[in-house]
Amino acid sequence: MATTATVHQTKWWSGGKSPFNLEYGKLMMWYFLMSDAFTFGAFLISYGSIRFSQNFWPDPNVVFNAFPGAGHANLPLAFVSVMTFILIISSVTMVLAVHAGHKGDKAGVVKWLFWTIVGGVAFLSCQAWEWHHLITGEHAVLVDGKIDIIGQTMRGNPWGSLVSHDAALAALQNTPHETLVNLAHQSNHGSSHEQLAALTDKDLISKINLDELHVRTKGPIAFGGYFYGITGFHGFHVFSGVVINIVMLMMTQKNVFQNRGHYLMIEKAGLYWHFVDLVWVFVFLCFYLI
Amino acid sequence: MQHPAFEEVTIHHEHADDGTFYKKVKKTTLLLSVITVIELVIGLAIYNIHKGENPNEFLILAFKGMVCILTLAKAYYIVSVFMHLGDEIRNMIMTIVIPLLLFIWFIAAFIWDGNSYKNLRNTYDKHFQESTMPAKHGAHKEEAKPAAPASGKE
Repeated sequence: MATTATVHQTKWWSGGKSPFNLEYGKLMMWYFLMSDAFTFGAFLISYGSIRFSQNFWPDPNVVFNAFPGAGHANLPLAFVSVMTFILIISSVTMVLAVHAGHKGDKAGVVKWLFWTIVGGVAFLSCQAWEWHHLITGEHAVLVDGKIDIIGQTMRGNPWGSLVSHDAALAALQNTPHETLVNLAHQSNHGSSHEQLAALTDKDLISKINLDELHVRTKGPIAFGGYFYGITGFHGFHVFSGVVINIVMLMMTQKNVFQNRGHYLMIEKAGLYWHFVDLVWVFVFLCFYLI
Repeated sequence: MQHPAFEEVTIHHEHADDGTFYKKVKKTTLLLSVITVIELVIGLAIYNIHKGENPNEFLILAFKGMVCILTLAKAYYIVSVFMHLGDEIRNMIMTIVIPLLLFIWFIAAFIWDGNSYKNLRNTYDKHFQESTMPAKHGAHKEEAKPAAPASGKE
């Protein structure tokens, strides 16, 4: 009675056969990626949970509207769409590298791995610029009845709701001199800090263009921690993916895979790289689109 | 065809035909790009609705739901075509996909919890409510009285 079952077991699970018809490394890479998906999922869901517990959350189109070299132009979503396309294209070049590996085409593997690495480095550079821009940004925020200039950090969030013209004007009366100088400088790039510092508070206030300044209240502090935490964790994955790809490129050039007779390692590195792209799709959704 | 490295593994999918392979990759790339562009258009639409005088909350929610569905479509194409999960043995696919189904409960439960926390705080923590509730749109009028109703929050 049990014989048929035993025969079947021998066939599939007792050695000599891979039940999933996969080599060990690739299967384990899949399980690692699944566990990593849970890590990212937990982070993103925690972010969602906090976001739903707030009465106000900043509109991403207001936060992410800058583009390198475009100054103060309002370009919502423009830069992040560039980053998204960079990652999609680098995923495609990775597919081509894996395909070249299947054919044992060393030159093809080298070429496409190289472009994948270029894409990864370009993405990381974009992220570095974006973080720098957010951290060093100068935004007028209404705090305790006066105007403060803050950037997007882990401790402060300048993206609360807009303050009315009158309330902002009243707050300017209580604002310290140096802050007024900085605010006036934002509306009058022609005059130097020294020239503005010599003016009285009243003259400075008259020079400040409140409609251009968009004074806001402080937004939810959790925004910074989640944004830098999750995009940073993703950026770390991109970075390690780039390092893995560089190692793969060096091994290919040293003929390690050619001597081994197969390029299966490239396939596993490719799985990891595609996963990085996959996670970005969700980070893009959660932070920039909704 | 036998696997080059492992005797017990046979290759079950075709790598050979270059023409179909490039066509598939090209098609998937195009699809991912088009979906991303649609997502961006929807994102900008949400931005413009937000800017208006009386944003239509339902329309915003509908657009956000659409972006979520499009994102899932993108994820499906990346996993099944680029990562070749679609070519694996069914049982192997299930060992990946079934654990991930936990996310359905995970997302629903935690977002529900966050929302409930907000409602409780708005009810019992008046300071939280007054300091975080955004002013209604077109707020050039006088500040609303602190005792203003919680704008529909139970």
